[in-house]
Amino acid sequence: MDFGAGFSLIDIRPLTPEITMICTGLILLLLDLVVKKKEAIAVLGIIGTIVAIFATYRLYAFNETRSIFLEMFALDGYANFFKIIFYINVILTICISFRYMKIEKASIGEYYALLMFATTGMMIMASAADLIVLYLGLELMALSTYILAGLMRKQRKSNEAALKYFFLGAFSSAFLLYGISLTFGLTGTTNIQDIAGLVSSLSIADNAIMHLAVVFLIVAFGFKIALVPFHMWAPDVYEGAPTSITAFMSVGPKAAGFAVLGRVLFEAFGDMQIMWSSILVPLSILTMAVGSIIALAQTNIKRMLAYSSVAHAGYILLGIIAGTTDGLISSVNYLMIYMFMNMGAFAIVIMLRSEGFQGEELEDYKGLAKTNPAAAALMLVFMFSLTGIPPTAGFIGKFYVIMEAINAGDMYLAITAVVFSVISAFFYLRVVMYMYMNDPKETVILTKSPSMTFALALTTVMVLVLGVFPSVLLNLVRSSIIS
Amino acid sequence: MPGSYIPTDYFPVAIVILIATLIGLGTLLLGLVVRPRRPYTQKLSPYESGNPPVGEPRTEFSVKFYIIAMLFVVFDVEAVFLYPWAVAYDKLGMFGFVEMMLFIFILLVGYVYVWKKGAFNWE
Repeated sequence: MDFGAGFSLIDIRPLTPEITMICTGLILLLLDLVVKKKEAIAVLGIIGTIVAIFATYRLYAFNETRSIFLEMFALDGYANFFKIIFYINVILTICISFRYMKIEKASIGEYYALLMFATTGMMIMASAADLIVLYLGLELMALSTYILAGLMRKQRKSNEAALKYFFLGAFSSAFLLYGISLTFGLTGTTNIQDIAGLVSSLSIADNAIMHLAVVFLIVAFGFKIALVPFHMWAPDVYEGAPTSITAFMSVGPKAAGFAVLGRVLFEAFGDMQIMWSSILVPLSILTMAVGSIIALAQTNIKRMLAYSSVAHAGYILLGIIAGTTDGLISSVNYLMIYMFMNMGAFAIVIMLRSEGFQGEELEDYKGLAKTNPAAAALMLVFMFSLTGIPPTAGFIGKFYVIMEAINAGDMYLAITAVVFSVISAFFYLRVVMYMYMNDPKETVILTKSPSMTFALALTTVMVLVLGVFPSVLLNLVRSSIIS
Repeated sequence: MPGSYIPTDYFPVAIVILIATLIGLGTLLLGLVVRPRRPYTQKLSPYESGNPPVGEPRTEFSVKFYIIAMLFVVFDVEAVFLYPWAVAYDKLGMFGFVEMMLFIFILLVGYVYVWKKGAFNWE
């Protein structure tokens, strides 16, 4: 066997962003042993991410497609766009966790190193052109996030979160591997492009085993993006994990899950679109329904946002169900917007946490507008955006996915989405009502820091700017996906 | 070659599984039916190489063993990867060498980390 052609040093250039992230993670891990000030490590983490952004931007324009390692690792606009989401996600997470981890007495250097490793895993998932590489990235992401969820070692809830996440994650990995092995058994390859060709040339698109394989893959990805009925872990894990990690998990792994769901379903099983759409339709309706309705009953804001994140997965799924490139564009567009509004909302939740004050109950938001008008106003923006009220970006995101559902002829899905949007308005706007129409029970002291201000400024500006000028983002998504 | 795999190729495997199951279950069932059953205290006691058993076999042991075992797995896997690399070394050449050194270096970082964290200290 000749290894000469496939393995040359020039070929690893498309991996520069991933290598940068891994190196940053390793350096942070070693620095943690000698550096006492953990803030320095966090700053270094942000610098490493910025270098990786530069690598992604510099080496590969959005419309260039390449694949390396015997076609196992693809670098295209689709992967690059998701990588941008992951970079911003990790930078915002680091920004909002500076002070918070100190208050939780879990300020350790491993935290930042693990964030880097988890992000690398997501980047590998976004770029995976082979099911085995996809699995590799997924496990790197998942193992890092299990540990991150259990980082507050002294707290029972955090331990429970980590253990629950680990068991259900391992379970979903088994589903993924089963799906991959069935696909391999039928087609003899794990390469996503080759699978597509073989499904049509062997005409096995109607094969029952092939359908089973697709179902297993959807179940596995459904776990990661918390689709109902695979969402059971989400509320407990989101509540128990450190809040900054909850913010990280509700965006990063979800976006990575959608990245692989989109790539596998559209590229490998594009011929079976009618089949997988018909599976995703009931999942999407259930996800929107359960997410929106159970969130009504929550009194803990982290649990409420967990169910809200479940519901949002249902909306994002609408674009994928449509099965068209425009549908995929609307989903990716929604994910980007969702990241900004969700991160912003979690930033406010973290600000309420101070020494000796949990600040996780909805009651704690009573009268926030009187004591801290600025924070209340920002929370108002994020809650409006999560509900989908113009002129915030959340409206644009929902508008496009629902429009794609209508274009694809799924009128009933569009109506369902709107109905559950209205239901979700109740629990989002309840927070606003508590803040503006109730009197404060006790004076809430906000934990402020410059990095937190930066994160809030960025998310607020993006939510408002993307709400007013939606074409900026939409054109970027379009140009990167159609290439 | 991709595409040459069809499920019927695996039919012999299914037959082997079936026969294996039959042999396994069959001998157990046969023994159950044929053997005489005369239990008494000495016969029911656990086998301890002829010595009378002392205490419960399930006792608590230190969690430290678990950390050592976990670390062992990591470096064991490293050793397992070294074997095929060493066998194919002449074909892989310089690139393979650099690649393997990188792999060992990454594990070395982990080694330094667990060492400094005191995972190897028994006390």
